[in-house]
Amino acid sequence: MAIDVRIPTILRSFTGGSKAVSGSGETLAELLDDLDARHPGVKGRLITPEGGLHRFVNIYVNDEDVRFLGSLDAKLNDGDTVTILPAVAGGAFGIAAALALRG
Amino acid sequence: MARYESLLDLCGDTPLVGLPRLSPSADVRIWAKLEDRNPTGSVKDRAATYMVRAAEADGRLRPGATILEPTSGNTGIALAMVAKLQGYRLVCVMPENVSTERIQLLRMYGAEIIFSPAAGGSNQAVATAKQIAAEHPDWVMLYQYGNEANARAHYETTGPELLRDLPTITHFVAGLGTTGTLMGTGRYLREKNPDIQVIAAEPRYGELVYGLRNIDEGYVPELYDASVLSRRFSVGTRDAVLRTRQLVEVEGLFVGFSTGAVFHAALAAAHEAVKAGRKADVAFLVADAGWKYLSTGGYTGTLADAESSLEGQLWA
Repeated sequence: MAIDVRIPTILRSFTGGSKAVSGSGETLAELLDDLDARHPGVKGRLITPEGGLHRFVNIYVNDEDVRFLGSLDAKLNDGDTVTILPAVAGGAFGIAAALALRG
Repeated sequence: MARYESLLDLCGDTPLVGLPRLSPSADVRIWAKLEDRNPTGSVKDRAATYMVRAAEADGRLRPGATILEPTSGNTGIALAMVAKLQGYRLVCVMPENVSTERIQLLRMYGAEIIFSPAAGGSNQAVATAKQIAAEHPDWVMLYQYGNEANARAHYETTGPELLRDLPTITHFVAGLGTTGTLMGTGRYLREKNPDIQVIAAEPRYGELVYGLRNIDEGYVPELYDASVLSRRFSVGTRDAVLRTRQLVEVEGLFVGFSTGAVFHAALAAAHEAVKAGRKADVAFLVADAGWKYLSTGGYTGTLADAESSLEGQLWA
């Protein structure tokens, strides 16, 4: 059971600089446990202390957002691609506007 | 009657057109809502008109005021037109890695542009926008990401138009940026028929765009409410380019790359309906036409060439 996991630039310090790593698991939660065993610390950047998916992280299974597939319970299959991305809006520009407004 | 007192009055009421050649079957049909048929050529005319009128109504915008808006293109162009007709000055803050057509259009409409550097990603954009806002406290930022009038434009116009023109609609698919289109249209459609699937397609850019942003500094637009959506897809550059080209080659519909991404998600929904043996009427939103993106190089050469041309550009 091999899942291809795409790692964003900001988390590559955990994967020795690799853009993509391999992992395994029947669900997203299992995959993240497996990843954390190989790349310690990475799970802590994706999951909150309460155990939910971090608000500013988007994870996709074969391009579909896991929040609509059961979140951490999302089922995975051999050959799936899991993509992890930081949440950005309108080409990374929304945050600029939001923070400018808040001063 | 197709006569209007002013350009502002012909915003919206856009055509919905069938795509018989790309629809999987007579039972599963795909429809395109042509938002490029708005006064400045994009869906953003709806939000711009609503946001300006709302700010006038609540007294935030007074004659001669300056509007400041961080935008990567279409909202700026739409606001520039509305500002010109209503007597305001517009200053746009935008990343320097947008297409030259968009910059030329903004200047032609009379907007002033302040660039934030592409390198350094969003951290630089944050710094630029903060600095400008602090230096000019009297400028009005309409802030499309959190402005309820943005979503309301679609709740009051786009949604009702879709249901009027396609009462059998089963799926609505649109791009996810400010989220205004999906939130407003999606809410309206689901209130009328909770079985309608509301599907988001968001562009997945090259790495340069995401930059070195720390995950704790992430951003979700205030307008976003995940409960309005049924599903959400991330569409990469290659798929967006492929579908953009397919639309013009097969159906003669010339669209921007963000619409290619949206169509990619619409096709996925349509083919799932075929597999499940269900009837479906899938409507997707054409945010703009392709004119403003010709210089990106995405419309010519091989798919791989197009993909590398678009790398690092904001194609949606």
